[in-house]
Amino acid sequence: MNLKDFETNYKPTWCPGCGNHAIWIAMRGALAELGLKPENVLIFYGIGCSGNGANFTKSYTWHSLHGRAVPSAIGAKLANKDLTVIVMAGDGDAFGEGLGHFLHAIRGNADITYVVHDNHVYGLTTGQAAPTADKGYKAKSTPAGIIEVPVNPTSLAVTNGGTFVSRGFSGNAKHLKGLFKQAITHKGFSFVDVFQPCVTFNKINTFEWFFDRVYNVDDDATYKNTDKMAAFGKTQEWGKKIPYGVLYKAKRDTYGSNLPQLKGQALSKRKITTRNLDKLTKEFA
Amino acid sequence: MKQKNNLSWKIAGEAGFGIKSAGMMLGKIFMRAGYELFDYTEYPSLIRGGHNVFQLIVDTRPVNSVTEKIDVLVALNQNTIKENFDDLASGGVLIYDTDKIKISSAKLKNAKVDGIGIPLTTFAKESGGEVMRNVVALGATLALVDQKLLIANKVIRENFKNKGPKIIANNLKAVKAGFDFVIKEYKKDFPCDLPTLKPKDNILISANESLAMGALAAGLNFYVAYPMTPSSSILHYLASVAEKTGTVVKHAEDEIAVINMALGAAHTGARAMVGTSGGGFALMTESLGLAALTETPVVMVNVQRGGPATGIPTWTEQGDLQFMLHAAQGDFPRVILAPGDAGEAFDLGAQAMNIAEVYQTPVIIISDKFIAEGNSTVPKFKTNNIKINRGKLLTQAQLNKIKEYRRYKLSADGISPRTVPGMKGGLYIANSDEHDSYGFSFEGSKNRIEQVDKRQSKLDTFMKSMPTPLIYGNPKAKKTVVIWGSTKGVILDAYVQLPESIKKKIRIMQVQYIWPFAGKFVSHVLETSKDVLLIENNSNAQLGNLIAQETGIKIKNKLLKYDGRPFFREEITKALKKF
Repeated sequence: MNLKDFETNYKPTWCPGCGNHAIWIAMRGALAELGLKPENVLIFYGIGCSGNGANFTKSYTWHSLHGRAVPSAIGAKLANKDLTVIVMAGDGDAFGEGLGHFLHAIRGNADITYVVHDNHVYGLTTGQAAPTADKGYKAKSTPAGIIEVPVNPTSLAVTNGGTFVSRGFSGNAKHLKGLFKQAITHKGFSFVDVFQPCVTFNKINTFEWFFDRVYNVDDDATYKNTDKMAAFGKTQEWGKKIPYGVLYKAKRDTYGSNLPQLKGQALSKRKITTRNLDKLTKEFA
Repeated sequence: MKQKNNLSWKIAGEAGFGIKSAGMMLGKIFMRAGYELFDYTEYPSLIRGGHNVFQLIVDTRPVNSVTEKIDVLVALNQNTIKENFDDLASGGVLIYDTDKIKISSAKLKNAKVDGIGIPLTTFAKESGGEVMRNVVALGATLALVDQKLLIANKVIRENFKNKGPKIIANNLKAVKAGFDFVIKEYKKDFPCDLPTLKPKDNILISANESLAMGALAAGLNFYVAYPMTPSSSILHYLASVAEKTGTVVKHAEDEIAVINMALGAAHTGARAMVGTSGGGFALMTESLGLAALTETPVVMVNVQRGGPATGIPTWTEQGDLQFMLHAAQGDFPRVILAPGDAGEAFDLGAQAMNIAEVYQTPVIIISDKFIAEGNSTVPKFKTNNIKINRGKLLTQAQLNKIKEYRRYKLSADGISPRTVPGMKGGLYIANSDEHDSYGFSFEGSKNRIEQVDKRQSKLDTFMKSMPTPLIYGNPKAKKTVVIWGSTKGVILDAYVQLPESIKKKIRIMQVQYIWPFAGKFVSHVLETSKDVLLIENNSNAQLGNLIAQETGIKIKNKLLKYDGRPFFREEITKALKKF
């Protein structure tokens, strides 16, 4: 397997220099290096620039409604545990429309990977402030600057019971590929928040802006990413220094793994036959 | 009151008094004694206090409705006298707790009602606890209608099986106390006689549970819901049998998650269903369109209550028909089924699973609180005639023979061969954007028309095998009553009791497959009618509007009710006699 095995005939429609290109390359690289086959990979996309990626990566694909990719992915994984299930969403998808689903998915710890294209703006609708935009960010719908403080996705994930909380950066595709591989092989809900600068609409949080600030947590020898309180501290770092990499890791049963009815063959692969109701009707007789 | 072998019985008091549990036990006793029955609960949306009413109709023939006037009222508190005393028919009996309730003999006399005052609280306490007042009253009722304690004792043992021998013994004591009191103290011959008959092979079940069972029979293996009255008992029932049946039953965080989770599971090949009421369905609407556009099979159950908004959560209404027809943006195919009672809910629950998968489109089942929470006796379900039909779902061997697989390939019947993730050579995008035949996003003009028409044509295909509306009564009669859904029960119950001279002049048309609409059939029936009466449990005549839209025929004569209560049998009898 190589990159090409996960490529359709459709060429990306993203702007030249868009951070999505690196995510696209890194994900295909990760899938290929993990030896996965396109037919065993099911990717759910949200709506937005990230969602348009549905057409460019070769796999089984579900192009969802805005904000709704996560519950569908959980449903699919419950029904067919043999599939590798991945969600690709934007920051509006994930933290605007779909913030509730995000928090509940973390609680449940379904064995899926959630990649969020985080660039602080709504690209496809021409640059309005996303829920991750810094306070004061000026855009078409907030000309005087956004009043709210930003959502902190990695903090939410750590405090809410996340088992794999990470950040990637489109400026380091090689690292991103490694991160995706770890996330996909993690047993449980793996969250990858990817800094992916929007070169067209966000003139503040640019590649340069991130390059000046980001550092890899692996470079901090004293940092232990299994310490929840330390991880929470890491997710609070913002400003001059911003960490990326695996910020937090924990072990917990995955969603559905303890359900007796899901033991054995995947639900969707079982032959559907008429059920005999003789035993069930007894309680009504 | 004339001598008869049917009964309309009501018990009322505060929530927490065991109103429903006593009523359900009495229902089971009469079913085991060979009777048919229907029950109906009225309750406000709260857990303790308030005024709860449980009504039981017992008869020798099938019943699916309630009467306005009752033969027996069991009053557990003073408020019941205020709220329900006037429900008693002349010649009826009031059973009341003399430890809690005062009533003047003049009031009883004026209403021509016999009062049987029983110290229910004292008897219950002597039996082991005040909570058993309902069971004492149950015993009193049995004595009143000439039913013995034999079956009751067995039902009580089963009912309290999990609570241990002490609780069972206490309840047996309580039921006997009430029974003995009436035998000893009430010497009149109450005209409702319900002695034990030859038992039938029936079960006592609500349309919510029977719908769930129908779906299970037809292979349901993935159910998602968020609790919402009056749909919750589908969730509760399926959750209780999830492990036994190998079904995933998920209570998700909200209705938007519910439908999208079901779609994700269905996409991989599970047989998925969701259940809710109107408000929850409103949250699901965008994804209803997604199911249709991606051609993903899913069954969506809407158990109606009175709307809009929170509305009247625990009361019945047929106010969502037009909503189900129009929910979600854009043009797309959907199938809408409306069961009229618990038996039909079973059949349509099973049918829906097949229709969704054969036509690869959402199927909506629209029911309502009246049948969804009311239990009725129905013949034990048979599953030998339920066949699983997965439509054009490909096997790997079939797929291997296809050179270049296209999920949305145009076809004469509008249905394209389907793969599921994991199959080699069957990759596609299930796309919420308009797409080409492979599933790639594509907005071209010709393609758009082709794909819209392809999807829509699935309904034309479905129409070819769709059952016609049901006709009851004299099929050649010139007076036609038009109905849908849960009003079936009360209309048929009233109809069978009419004199032959009126009966032969009336036919009843029940539209069970609401969409696609059987326009030709309905037109013919209406055009060959001299008089038409439309009966609906809503204020806008929503089926009437659909009929007008599809046939050009406007039904002027309408009987509409929208106070949250079902039609009472007396109301329909009057309307049919006048008609």
